[in-house]
Amino acid sequence: MPAISRDEVAHLARLARLAVTDEELDVFAGQLDVILQSVARVGEVAADDIPPTSHAVPLTNVFREDVVRPGLSQQQALSGAPEAEDGRFRVPRILGEEQ
Amino acid sequence: MTATAELMDYADVVARFDPVLGLEVHVELSTATKMFCGCANVFGGEPNSRVCPTCLGLPGALPVVNGKAVESAIRIGLALNCQIAEWCRFARKNYFYPDMPKNFQTSQYDEPIAYDGYLDVVLEDGEIFRVGIERAHMEEDTGKSLHVGGATGRIHGAEHSLLDYNRAGVPLIEIVTKPIVGAGERAPEVARAYVTALRDLLRALDVSDVRMDQGSLRCDANVSLMPKGAEEFGTRSETKNVNSLRSVERAVRYEMCRQGAVLAAGGTVVQETRHFDEATGSTSSGRRKETAEDYRYFPEPDLVPIAPAREWVEQLRTTLPELPWERRRRAQEEWGLSDAELRDLVNAGALELVAETVEAGAAPGEARSWWVSYLAQQANVRGVELGDLEITPAQVARVIALVAEGTLTNKLARQVVDGVLDGEGEPDEVVEKRGLKVVSDDSALLAAIDEALAANADVAEKIRSGKVAAAGAIVGAVMKATKGQADAKRVRELVLERCGQG
Repeated sequence: MPAISRDEVAHLARLARLAVTDEELDVFAGQLDVILQSVARVGEVAADDIPPTSHAVPLTNVFREDVVRPGLSQQQALSGAPEAEDGRFRVPRILGEEQ
Repeated sequence: MTATAELMDYADVVARFDPVLGLEVHVELSTATKMFCGCANVFGGEPNSRVCPTCLGLPGALPVVNGKAVESAIRIGLALNCQIAEWCRFARKNYFYPDMPKNFQTSQYDEPIAYDGYLDVVLEDGEIFRVGIERAHMEEDTGKSLHVGGATGRIHGAEHSLLDYNRAGVPLIEIVTKPIVGAGERAPEVARAYVTALRDLLRALDVSDVRMDQGSLRCDANVSLMPKGAEEFGTRSETKNVNSLRSVERAVRYEMCRQGAVLAAGGTVVQETRHFDEATGSTSSGRRKETAEDYRYFPEPDLVPIAPAREWVEQLRTTLPELPWERRRRAQEEWGLSDAELRDLVNAGALELVAETVEAGAAPGEARSWWVSYLAQQANVRGVELGDLEITPAQVARVIALVAEGTLTNKLARQVVDGVLDGEGEPDEVVEKRGLKVVSDDSALLAAIDEALAANADVAEKIRSGKVAAAGAIVGAVMKATKGQADAKRVRELVLERCGQG
């Protein structure tokens, strides 16, 4: 029983907007399965007294004062945009989704 | 766009089905800066003028949490009778859409900062309906897209889209109710009353400007129907773009009628996002909902967890304001208002303004009358909110005092208020500059009266012969001659005196 199925890989590829060919799906499904199974071995050594850890540093409550700081000008902000119009980033129309 | 949906008669819907609601309200906080960067948090303005590497998602930029936003989130949670998490994290919600330049939204997933509360909502007839609060969590707003080429500014038919990221990263609190069951035929009213109560509460907390028209308070309405007596909820739809209190009520009602027709015809309700159309009051199908798994949430590695100290939480609890409905009840008692008078006051958004005017020394009746009639009218004429008029409660109180001491008539007082609204200065300055004092010098009045009596000899004769009602014509002439700056009552007394009827 593989840790991840070929269909799941196809679904993830779609969510990540990656065009993956059928041949690539076979390759990636196999590779991802190996990776997942390797990572799963960590679970074997995790004991009950070790809480799941998401952050390596023992810090909490790092806050910023609510004070305005200078940012970028409109011109700077748009300088790296492939296309801009009326001070805005211009993007191709978005199909199949509505926000 | 699909054709107009079949609708079931509302009475039939509530006779056959029980509605279940779930309301998600997004509120933009009125902090000075954004959630994770120091860009100014201001509505509108030149597009992409309040952005930085962090809110644009440029490589290498790192977020830092706005402490004030966390404080607001905790205060909101406390006001909603929620538990405040001892420890919680941010999470990445991954999706590809150009309104989020990072390709994920920084949000909270299974560890909201506030959870398990309630809000008691007062319905129109005074009945109290308790709405359970599932959670309130912190996240960031998205940018604004402008769809170009489509007929309606919506995405259908658009050729391309233009993005403004000024709003991207603005602190947002999402407040989610528990399923609201048992409202029955009053479900649309409960939905509206809940959003109204929440808006009033957030305004009292002073955490947001709660402008539905500007999108700083937004509601998504989840609606489903289940056959009467059933236990299991039906499939829900989620209606977005509900931008006014009235629309909340209309959208819920419309969805109930639409789903009722679908179910009665043996169909199934599709779980989807629907778009509310203000103009027609109907909803139309949007995208199918992605499932939570599709967002691939995971703990945000760039932000450390938040663990609000209990002392801090308790200190914030002491900053909670009097709840709006308790405030109203107290005002009603103190000022001796009828239910209708209170409702007018609240609907006009004048309660706090009147309270401040009373505090500045005015009688409650006078203060209320000025704010709900003349000033409300002026706000309407000038196209601003009542509270945004260029007059302070203290200035209104001063005008009221000037009337009370006889310096101004009500008519003159309105001109003084106009002067203040037009930026001519304090009430006393306007009186001075416009020369608006009541002519209280009897000799000046008598001169005008004698002139009027001489000009209207026949009327004068009538008064002398005892027809005191005729005095009105002379009073009118005097008021005209003094440009309304005389006290009509005093003029009348003097006229009668002059004609031997005093």
